Amino acid sequence: MDQMQSKIKTFLSRFFKGHDLQPEEDIFALGFVNSLLAMQLVAFVEKEFGVTVGDEDLDLDNFRSIRAISEFVARKQGAPVEAAPA
Amino acid sequence: MKLELTAEQREARAGFRAFVAAEIAPHAGRWDREEAIPPQLIGRLREQGYLGSNVAAEHGGAGRDMIAYGLLTEEIAKGCSSVRSLLTVHDMVAHAVQRWGSREQKERYLPLLARGEILGALALSEPNAGSDAKSIETTAADAGDDWVLDGRKKWTTFGQIAGLFLVFAQMEGRAAAFLVERETPGLSVRPLKGILGTRASMLAEIELAGCRVPKASLLGRVGFGISHVAAAALEHGRYSIAWGSVGIVQACLDACRTYASERRQFGAPLADHQLIRRMLTDMIVDVRAARLLCLRAGWLRGAGDPGAFMETMAAKYFASRLAVRAANDAVQIHGANGCSEDYPVGRYLRDAKVMEIIEGSTQIQQITIPLFEFQEF
Repeated sequence: MDQMQSKIKTFLSRFFKGHDLQPEEDIFALGFVNSLLAMQLVAFVEKEFGVTVGDEDLDLDNFRSIRAISEFVARKQGAPVEAAPA
Repeated sequence: MKLELTAEQREARAGFRAFVAAEIAPHAGRWDREEAIPPQLIGRLREQGYLGSNVAAEHGGAGRDMIAYGLLTEEIAKGCSSVRSLLTVHDMVAHAVQRWGSREQKERYLPLLARGEILGALALSEPNAGSDAKSIETTAADAGDDWVLDGRKKWTTFGQIAGLFLVFAQMEGRAAAFLVERETPGLSVRPLKGILGTRASMLAEIELAGCRVPKASLLGRVGFGISHVAAAALEHGRYSIAWGSVGIVQACLDACRTYASERRQFGAPLADHQLIRRMLTDMIVDVRAARLLCLRAGWLRGAGDPGAFMETMAAKYFASRLAVRAANDAVQIHGANGCSEDYPVGRYLRDAKVMEIIEGSTQIQQITIPLFEFQEF
């Protein structure tokens, strides 16, 4: 697990008490994902990694697991600040 | 976190205060009785840049920082909670578009919202769906190049005069949000009268009957209407309500300070009576505590901190409850005069009660705030 994934795991672990979240684990399948987590997750990703989550990024697959989030962030970091809408 | 306002923020607040004292506070009682605010006032708000002032400069807005925005809300609310309601819902729509709008939606709507040339209204609540937003019954159907909306919205603040509605609907069990212009065929508006508080907020019921909107009206994505679009709008609304509640508490304190100094009973001003002082003390301390929570929420929101969600809820919960207590005590201090239209405190009490209900009721906050707290352990 790289540094980015460690940060994501630390953030998400607050929502999954007593569970050792694995990089590939589907956080939606685990339950407990509600609008509170959803909006905090967006804010966390933006603030921690300096990317902008836009409407074109509203896809559960971008946030489904630690690995999915890290890959999404990596894609955004390599993309223009405000990507064209899909 | 800085507790002191910057020179620019203090200067801005002085401007807000002067405007409210001259153009809002003297008329608020009449607007409350007439259950409407006049178009001339909206024009003046527009000229002052008070509508959509949270819109970023790149989209034609003032890009007001979160603290200054809060100060504006407090000052407006001190004068009239109905006018504050206009800022709240208009800015909720602007915030949602800014947060989740496509490039085309931002280019089309944000400059209009920032200039106040079009008023925004949030069409989420329904006759059968209030706190349980996910149970909305309005539907959206895919009709090729368009979406077709059917349903009924209720308690839509400033729905009577809004030009752009942010409408939430279900699409095969998944929530979605749509930007619907007032002139869209199939959309009709029925004014709601006789509301307890914020009576000049020009509430309306919105009927959507085969209301056909272009595909590009979808804000965000299907399935994210409540979890992301409504959540973003409501989070902004809660911030506004928190500051607006501070404004009510301050207005109560100001009114009581004057009244308790001038009114004499038992040979002395009311302010010399210890039981009156006890109520004044609560107001004096409460307004400071609530304002500090709002400042903290604003500081975190400005920093984009995930913790802002919790702090904004806490500020809204605390300030709205204190507003009810302060207004209740303000009426008590004014006695029979407080029950008449000759004094504003009765209006403050009716307005304060609304603050405990909108943008997440006190009970919803009591359910939700502990969830945030448990995340930290």
